[in-house]
Amino acid sequence: MNYLDYVQMTRGQKIAYNIKSFFTGIPGAFAKLFKMIGIVLKAIFSFIGNGFKNYGKTFTSGDAGTKLSYLIMGAGSMMHKQLGKGLIFLAIQAAYFYYMFSTGWTYISKIYSMNVEVEKGMFVDGAIGAIPPQYEIDPMFGTQKIVNLDTLDDSNRVLLYFAMTVMLTIAFFALYITNIKSAYKSQQIIAEGKTPINGIEELKMFLDERFHVTLLALPILLLIVFTILPIVFTIFMAFTNYDKQHQPPGNIYWWVGFNNFADVFYSNPEKNQTFGKILVWTFVWAVFATFTNYIFGIILALLINKKTIRFKAFWRTMFVITAAVPQFVTLLCMRMILGDSGTGAINNLLGTNYPFLSDVTWARCTVIIVNMWVGIPYTMLISSGLLMNIPEDLYESARIDGANAVQQFTKITFPYIFFVTTPYLISSFVGNINNFNVIYFLTGGGPSPTSYYKSGQTDLLVTWLYKLTKVNSDFNLSAVLGIIIFVICATGSLITFNMSKASKNEEEFS
Amino acid sequence: MTQSNAQMRTGYAAKRKAADVVIYIVLSVMVVIWIAPIVWLILQSFRGEPGITTSYLFPKKLTFDNYIRLFTDDQFPYGKWLLNTLIVAVCSCVISTLFILMVSYALSRLRFKSRKTFLNLGLVLGMFPGFMSMAAVYNIMDIFGLKQNLFALVIVYSAGAGLGYQISKGFFDTIPRSLDEAAKIDGATRNQIFWIIILPLSKPIVVYTALTTFIGPWADYIFVSYFMKANADNYTVALGLYEMLGNQTITRYFTTFCAGSVLIAIPITILFIVMQRFYVAGVTGGAVKG
Repeated sequence: MNYLDYVQMTRGQKIAYNIKSFFTGIPGAFAKLFKMIGIVLKAIFSFIGNGFKNYGKTFTSGDAGTKLSYLIMGAGSMMHKQLGKGLIFLAIQAAYFYYMFSTGWTYISKIYSMNVEVEKGMFVDGAIGAIPPQYEIDPMFGTQKIVNLDTLDDSNRVLLYFAMTVMLTIAFFALYITNIKSAYKSQQIIAEGKTPINGIEELKMFLDERFHVTLLALPILLLIVFTILPIVFTIFMAFTNYDKQHQPPGNIYWWVGFNNFADVFYSNPEKNQTFGKILVWTFVWAVFATFTNYIFGIILALLINKKTIRFKAFWRTMFVITAAVPQFVTLLCMRMILGDSGTGAINNLLGTNYPFLSDVTWARCTVIIVNMWVGIPYTMLISSGLLMNIPEDLYESARIDGANAVQQFTKITFPYIFFVTTPYLISSFVGNINNFNVIYFLTGGGPSPTSYYKSGQTDLLVTWLYKLTKVNSDFNLSAVLGIIIFVICATGSLITFNMSKASKNEEEFS
Repeated sequence: MTQSNAQMRTGYAAKRKAADVVIYIVLSVMVVIWIAPIVWLILQSFRGEPGITTSYLFPKKLTFDNYIRLFTDDQFPYGKWLLNTLIVAVCSCVISTLFILMVSYALSRLRFKSRKTFLNLGLVLGMFPGFMSMAAVYNIMDIFGLKQNLFALVIVYSAGAGLGYQISKGFFDTIPRSLDEAAKIDGATRNQIFWIIILPLSKPIVVYTALTTFIGPWADYIFVSYFMKANADNYTVALGLYEMLGNQTITRYFTTFCAGSVLIAIPITILFIVMQRFYVAGVTGGAVKG
């Protein structure tokens, strides 16, 4: 359907069409998500692959130096009058080989150990770490005690070093190919009768032609160590049985395949039912939290920005104060106000006993209402900015055509705001799925009946994940939840991304 | 004729005035609802009577004791937390701001081969829930020997900062390219262009980035609570205040908690109100551009 068909539709049809295209967009966004992950992986591997493609060609036409750099990194550069560069390559190779032989290889070989005795008489394939604990009966108390704690393999350490070694190896191969390319390039320059640039000139390039390398190197290095490596590690954890019963040091854990995912989706009734209930509540919460804030925030902005209303700055500041106070302060304050009789200020003041936070239905309504209190000022702030951007001549021409205030609102103000804020609406929906603060500080997830696996009836997926990690040390389950949340949020974000792209193509409203 | 016209006009004006009065009333009621909890918190922070909440609104005895106690109490060293938070916030503000500006400048104004890959990678990584991998980060810190100390917190808050490039990249995108080209013709390197030409033009976005990265550690509870475990000396204010409301201590420390909250809220609130202009520009700019 093209733009002309769209403009000719009635308002009802337009809304129906938009809702339809939102939902039909979900599978597409899913596909796009996996496609994007694919593209990123492909880019990394094709970089290495391209290096190997020219591998043979460069070798046959290379001179002695180039050929030698296939074995010894930097040899080509050194023989082509680029001593400093060659030494750096050589040092990298030496460091990598030293690391691999001293520590790297042992961790790789221990990542999947067969037939390891993890408990007395229990043998497991696929243990992470090879040295099993040796038990001895304590003569005094008759309890089992691990005697080889100092030599015991720590599964965490093995898994982490494994992930690190794999990443180091990929980086090393990238440098290895760069080394060959650089040797071949300098060989060609010499063949043309020129001298290759020296070290100082090459370093100067990092302030100009290669300035992006200088700018990106450190941020990306830290990103790899403290963001990508942990994510890889966490994804690994989702496929192990790293939970409360298998805590290193003193215990090792092992690979269990897709068992944890099976637990969550169908095979373990307790976890599976908890997951279902929390998932449904997460979506209900996100829908209510997003739309109440959105609608009332815009209404508030309209009231404050009405032309005849005075002291606009005063009204705005009064509301912004609530948004500006750190959330943990405002939310803990609300928790104290809404607590049960005995602690809660309202119940104490009125001598009543309303279960604001201790009864399921009450608690769920309370968190949504308190979230309005926290969130409406934000929406008000943002839509105030947008309201001022509506071109004044639109209203003028509408007035000349005889439109009244209501018509101006439904035909100009609302479509404009809705059009501009659709991406914001979806991103705040995703934000609410991940809204940790409101739930955790107000109810802490409670009330918590025993049928919920280590969680409560107002818990969202994220707060459940947090509790599993911090309180219960069920790292495998929390990793599975993390992956599920990632898929949900990524789908939402990609829909936003597509929509904002569409709005970019359509250019300005009006 | 003229008379009825005038009547109509006054009728219209009266109606409009009535609508305004209704709006003023609605706004006043809302302001009371929105401000009341905060006023309550301030009142409680000056309350002389001990205990959790009271059955009356205004404290019978007003006192500064709660504020004095914040800095003299042994079990909850508020002054230490304040200092910890300040150190972490300043360090991670400096590092994060630098990183964000560097990354967004490179991705916005420099053209190189793997730029698209980096943009896609940033998009995908940004979609993982922030604290999903905190257990893994903790393990990595452990191997580096950085368990439960403030330096680990600085790293956690600033190491991933490069991913927050979207808003400032949006800003850099709007600076005309002809400036770079003119400078290049005059013989400036890209390094010089960044420091001498682009940065001075980007004051608003630098201020915005610095303020948001400075406020972040003051408001974060999740990472501190996981990283510091029981090491109360290295708590930040958010975690410390939360701990005051634990079952064992709430009766004794409730009013102290209120005082601590008020004290921490004042500077943050002022900062936010000063920067709200940048905040709106950042969020809506991002929303429109995507």
